[in-house]
Amino acid sequence: MPGRFVKDVWVTVLVTAVLIWIMPLLIGTYTLTVLVIYGMLGLSLGLIWGFGGILCFGQTAFFGLGAYTYAIAAINIGESTLPMILAILVPAVFAALLGAMMFYGRLTDVYLGVITLVVTLILFKFMNSTAGPQYVIGKARMGGFNGIPGFPTLNVPGDPDTYIWGDPYFYVCAVLLALVFLLVSALLRSSFGRVAVGIRENETRASLMGYDVRARKTVLFAIGAAIAGLAGALFANWAEIVTPSLFSLGQSAEIIIWCIVGGLGTRLGPIVGAAGLAYLKFLLGQQAVVDNTLITGLILVLFVLFLPKGIVPALVGLWKASFGRRPLGRIHQARRMRGGERANG
Amino acid sequence: MVEVVLETVALTMRFGGVVAADNVNFKLRARELRCLIGPNGAGKSTFFKCVAGLQTPTEGQVFMRGTETTGWMPHQIASMGVGIKTQTPNVMDELSVFENIWLAARRFHPVAEANRKAQEMVERLALGPIARSTLGRLAHGERQRVELGLVAVGDPWLVLLDEPAAGMSAEDVERMTGIIHELNRTAAIVIVEHDMQFIRSIAKTVTVFHQGAVLMEDHVDRVMSDATVRNVYLGKKA
Repeated sequence: MPGRFVKDVWVTVLVTAVLIWIMPLLIGTYTLTVLVIYGMLGLSLGLIWGFGGILCFGQTAFFGLGAYTYAIAAINIGESTLPMILAILVPAVFAALLGAMMFYGRLTDVYLGVITLVVTLILFKFMNSTAGPQYVIGKARMGGFNGIPGFPTLNVPGDPDTYIWGDPYFYVCAVLLALVFLLVSALLRSSFGRVAVGIRENETRASLMGYDVRARKTVLFAIGAAIAGLAGALFANWAEIVTPSLFSLGQSAEIIIWCIVGGLGTRLGPIVGAAGLAYLKFLLGQQAVVDNTLITGLILVLFVLFLPKGIVPALVGLWKASFGRRPLGRIHQARRMRGGERANG
Repeated sequence: MVEVVLETVALTMRFGGVVAADNVNFKLRARELRCLIGPNGAGKSTFFKCVAGLQTPTEGQVFMRGTETTGWMPHQIASMGVGIKTQTPNVMDELSVFENIWLAARRFHPVAEANRKAQEMVERLALGPIARSTLGRLAHGERQRVELGLVAVGDPWLVLLDEPAAGMSAEDVERMTGIIHELNRTAAIVIVEHDMQFIRSIAKTVTVFHQGAVLMEDHVDRVMSDATVRNVYLGKKA
């Protein structure tokens, strides 16, 4: 097990390095940065939905909370290190409370979706209604529909005057995505992650084994929210403004579509789905012939019909079918031999 | 006298106007094997669920090794060292046989120990060749065997089995009887069962449920030849 994780780390480092080198030659780093951020947001839902079986319709709530937390804290504190940490902690704590309420209340499936959706809507409505001067947190005005502009962006930790922006900011985001990806990988290999997958498969069995399903789902939900919060803070730094549209229904739905198209139950799928679809949306946004939500909808329908498992599982399947025959054959042979030994003994 | 590991006092479960379990007083001693029989709707499964924590009884108490466990959650009861197998197979279909058993072992042991325990159990149940297969693809009998394996791997001192022989071939039943006897060396076992053949082969003491209450409790031979039991359960002709 540990040996395989070391291999995972090397592959991730290598692939990240190659992508960081090649991608800027193809797409501008400004666009790439937001694709990387959406990838991280996709991964956050991919973790709790694909591996934990928690279908959250409001992942964007944590994304938005992260962004708002960063903006408000950055204005008040005047530098970026502590606000970044707060942008991870606040959504995580919020999700832990919300999750505890839902999971200890034994809400499942549809109800869970409804509650998370409603929470997102409440945040959306609330943030829109904060235009008045009474909505102030410290030095930061909430700004209602217009959002909060003009907060200090990311700086080198300990040096508030040196801002990180442009190409370096892309590298920071890409490296952070790789780190989060490795953390998720490590989590899924740990006992906690394996039990989480067990809970996804059969909650009753997991509890009959003696696992506290409610507590474990709450923790996983909070971890997902922490990742979404980090993505939100990175987004705030990229856009240099936070607005209530971060909490919009459209954004919520999009994250779910990313996961379905990319491949649920894989680590890479939601990242690929998010970056791919977001880039497509960006390209479609440059023309006015077809409406781009129409295309997104069409893509979702086509995927559900023809590639229900998503891109990544389909590619992995294709790879195994065309190149993986030999190692697979060896495994089968070994299995047959072992079976034979048992029969003989 | 051997220690009482499971006791219910005046256990009653009502669903609206229906009394599914009515004032059940039940005692089980360490390493005892007890079968619960009765016609459909007699309250066996309700009683079972109340003991396992899957349902909370309306009235009455449940004690396990002297601790009151009334109203506990299933995971709390399982954490005490109670192995539970429900009526319908409750397994993790998308995971491998080994992973299923490993997850059960991991609850009570650190990783390395869990690896060893799970491997041992796989070999004990002769699941070696299919250990890496996805559970959902296996035959019903094999899945039942895996479920029994993941119950056994936690070294329980009390095992609750709801219809373990349902839908299994004669060969599978025989193999399972062996596993149950092996478990019985260290654990008290409660089996809810319909299959009379199976009960005759395995039971010593049998508790008969009828209309939610305990009708009689005696040695299997006496229960089988009892006129009242034959009337309510086996039908007069049998």
